[in-house]
Amino acid sequence: MKSTQAMAMPRSESRTRPRTNRFLRRIPLHAIIVFLVLVWSVPTIGLLVSSFRPANLVTTTGWWTAFVPPWNFSLDLYREALTARGMGQSFVNSLFISIPATVIPIMIAAFAAYAFSWMRFPGRNILFVSVVGLLVVPLQTTLIPVLRLYNELGLTGTFTGIWLAHAAYGLPFAVYLLRNFFGTLPRDMLESAFLDGASPFTAFFYLALPLSVPAIASLAIFQFMWVWNDLLVALIYLGGAPNVAPMTVTIANMTNSLGGGWQVLTAAAFISMMLPLLVFFTLQRYFVRGILAGSVKG
Amino acid sequence: MKRIVLMLVVFTMSLALAQGELRTPQEAALEAAGGEQIGGTVSVLGVWGGSEQESFLEMVAPFEEATGIDVEYTGTRDLNAVLFTRVEGGNPPDLAGLPGPGQMAQFARAGELVDLSSVLDMETFGENYAQTWAELGSVDGTLSGIFIKAAVKGLIWHNVNQWEEQGWEHPETWDEMMQLSQQIAEETGTTPWCVAVESGAASGWPGTDWIEDIVLRQAGPEAYDAWYQGELAWTSDEIRSAWETWGQIVGDQQMVYGGPATVLTTNFGQGGNPLFTDPVGCYMFHQASFITSFFQESFPDLQPVEDYNFFAFPKFSADAPQSVEMAGDLFGMFNDTPQARALINYLVTPEAQAIWVENGGAISPNQAVPLELYPDPISQQTAELLTSAEVVRFDASDLMPEAMNNAFWEAILEFIQNPSGLDGILENLDSVQQDAYAQ
Amino acid sequence: MFESRLLLALIVVVGVPLATIAYVWLVERLVGLLPDRTRDGIRPWLWVAPGILLLTGYLVYPTLNTLYLSFLDANSTEFVGLANYRHIFTDDSFITSLRNNALWLVFLTAFTVGFGLLFAILFDKVPYEAAAKALIFLPMAISFVAAGVIWKLMYDFQPPGRPQTGTLNAITTSLGGDPVAWLLNQPWNNFFLIIVGVWVWTGFALVILSAGLKGIPAEIIEAARVDGATEWQTLTRVTIPMMGSTIAVVATTMIIFALKAFDIVYVMTSGNFGTDVIANRMYEEMFNINHFGRAGAIAVILLLAIVPIMFFNIRRFREQEAMR
Repeated sequence: MKSTQAMAMPRSESRTRPRTNRFLRRIPLHAIIVFLVLVWSVPTIGLLVSSFRPANLVTTTGWWTAFVPPWNFSLDLYREALTARGMGQSFVNSLFISIPATVIPIMIAAFAAYAFSWMRFPGRNILFVSVVGLLVVPLQTTLIPVLRLYNELGLTGTFTGIWLAHAAYGLPFAVYLLRNFFGTLPRDMLESAFLDGASPFTAFFYLALPLSVPAIASLAIFQFMWVWNDLLVALIYLGGAPNVAPMTVTIANMTNSLGGGWQVLTAAAFISMMLPLLVFFTLQRYFVRGILAGSVKG
Repeated sequence: MKRIVLMLVVFTMSLALAQGELRTPQEAALEAAGGEQIGGTVSVLGVWGGSEQESFLEMVAPFEEATGIDVEYTGTRDLNAVLFTRVEGGNPPDLAGLPGPGQMAQFARAGELVDLSSVLDMETFGENYAQTWAELGSVDGTLSGIFIKAAVKGLIWHNVNQWEEQGWEHPETWDEMMQLSQQIAEETGTTPWCVAVESGAASGWPGTDWIEDIVLRQAGPEAYDAWYQGELAWTSDEIRSAWETWGQIVGDQQMVYGGPATVLTTNFGQGGNPLFTDPVGCYMFHQASFITSFFQESFPDLQPVEDYNFFAFPKFSADAPQSVEMAGDLFGMFNDTPQARALINYLVTPEAQAIWVENGGAISPNQAVPLELYPDPISQQTAELLTSAEVVRFDASDLMPEAMNNAFWEAILEFIQNPSGLDGILENLDSVQQDAYAQ
Repeated sequence: MFESRLLLALIVVVGVPLATIAYVWLVERLVGLLPDRTRDGIRPWLWVAPGILLLTGYLVYPTLNTLYLSFLDANSTEFVGLANYRHIFTDDSFITSLRNNALWLVFLTAFTVGFGLLFAILFDKVPYEAAAKALIFLPMAISFVAAGVIWKLMYDFQPPGRPQTGTLNAITTSLGGDPVAWLLNQPWNNFFLIIVGVWVWTGFALVILSAGLKGIPAEIIEAARVDGATEWQTLTRVTIPMMGSTIAVVATTMIIFALKAFDIVYVMTSGNFGTDVIANRMYEEMFNINHFGRAGAIAVILLLAIVPIMFFNIRRFREQEAMR
């Protein structure tokens, strides 16, 4: 910004020259980015093309053959996926499971992460790495003991049960990520706040949280997506009855027990991907530079 | 030690004898519920998805209508993990499909399964189901599981148009089949066989069917029974010979389409596709009765019997008895509720099973289901094959302990990659056998 | 039924954050009543308490249970000492899976962090950043069942001379080569599985690294430029060092995910052809063979494997605190 202003001397050229120069200089950059993103997207493009083909051609010919005559496209797979038994209800169920299961762990993890990074207490480092270490616990080993607890507490088959379960499974990573971001906040900033008489409560809500918005946004993206795509936890704690089953259960049931009819998964994948992508785009606008810089000055 | 009751009886399923008119499914359902609208719900867990799920839900629709009971069905292909966790966690479904007789025995011994002889009308059950089905569903003499759907294994599929053009006859014996294979290879320059064993987490099972089909006919039913019960070693002559016999096909580049790499990486469902492509890739494909739905999926225009058909797995000598291998879906009851009782009583009726049979893709183990209800000539023929066979055996790998079954799958893959390593493969299977049956 | 659920949803979405805020507020009011010294001793514990409670119920207790089971036999009835551990370490297939997990650990971590960093820095310079990031992130949003379908379309193999149905083999054969059975040839098949992992997880690394990049104060970068640093020098001497802790977080997480690698292997090869991994062995022991003892022992080994990484993290956090 500053440099372009400084260069605004000869009027006639100022508007065009630097911009074209800048653009020309940046052609390789754009080319590299477009190339990398394209390569990355090849598998997805293959899936997307397949999802618009008749099921029998998906198994017998390569997806790229769709681009040579005879063009043979069809919406059958989408029709099949969208009209699958219980699809609408399970979409609502998925939302109903995912939103609280995203909000709960972020809030709880933020408190813990704040305490780990800005409060001194004995054994906190050990306690903290133990929390992070729990990331490695295989989910499958927790299912049976937790299910037994649930039966005693009457949580089996309830939404509360699955919210808490997802919250707990997401916590180690959430605490880890947030503690790291809280930990990079400048000490003098927080200390001056305390000198001004701020309590940890205000420091947390008015400094730490707003300054870590990109981290919280990325955490929200991941947690939402993990819960949205979960199949096993839902089947175990919630069951697959149509009134509670999430979309993953409905989609998994589109193929038969021997794997027949898997072509419909191509269309189903894109349908179930829509919402996580929407969440991703919504939260992208919180990935802005300079939140920290501004508040240091102000 | 889990052991399925020996079934030495040579039995015949008298499907063809089925007579008498069926009631409406609603009537059968109401009777199963004790004649009254009891309402409530029953939870069911199974492996079925897609068209199978549709058929099952169609099957229980009249039941829900007549009894007011809500059937809450959950399907998962990960039945092992989900059922096991829910049972161990103390929250089993009321009724569940059981992954196999092995797991059934385990659940039954742990006291998780309800004794069905106290639930079913055993007299009608005995009339409708052949003795073997009851024995397969029993653990230590207690009826713990029932079959509501079956499939015939070891059928050899071919492209009818090609065979008619070439004038080939269905071989009666293994030797004739191998001669024909040689002839095909020489005359057409094309590999006679397609073999495909990829099947996700269960990759290898199509190969186990081959070995079982050979053992059953080459070594005989007694050896077959001793083998799956862990009493006949894998390194024994009988079992080794079966592998070597299969090796004549799968270990020979001239015999099998694409060689080992294709065999190992092709999904069994698409394995038969080269029968119908142009140019033809192979002329014979060994797979169970349910493969027809995969043919139709890849080539919707094909007509059964006109375009594709099967012949039974050949005997090893002309005077040997006609043998058949089958598989089926077992159901067990975990919670003894009036609704669960009603549903299981309904599921064993011919009226209920006829619904799935008419939808295609299933053979009913209930002999009161009339043969003419089968929707196409091929499923009728497979049902008939089961009736006419003198020796019928259940899929051996399904009867083995799960650890043995898994090792068997893996051994199939290793053998295809390296047939000359057979000695080591069999020795390894022997050591698994000692460990797995001891549990 | 539907409306009552909607109401419940509303209560939950608004109520849960409110309840958690109320909790902290209440904590502050309560500790405010205490004398200074006890206040500072008690406050942190109350802040971490909800998290620790949840973790204890859902992860710590089951893990202790697993540890206990690992010393028992298949049906968890008899004490067998270290027999399960002995069995595992004399099992060839387990040794293979240890080797494979080492491959996963090195390559998955290196490539996801490397690509993630590269993308984060490159995308930061262009106006269509969000769209580019979305395309890299997209694989993460795909369920692993669908990912299995995608890569089946990539790695499919047909015999030579036949039209190929897999993307990679279509490319190889059109360049005049022979089709390759990608998932069959050892040990390369491991790398083809790891590629799938890199494809899926780079989006994860990218999103976090990008958040870290945005956290660097613009003034610092600006100052480096004003001092005459080239683009490359700014990057290597300012940007990347300042992202150090974020990179460490992503790398640690990826190492742990590599140790737990399961879905991709389960769907694509199910551990056959020398591609088995620890988590898949555990899954098999647990759900197919139903041997709780051995499954438990494998889970315990996984836990032990991360201890060194955790020590590294403790050291790093101490340094971070000393510096700020």
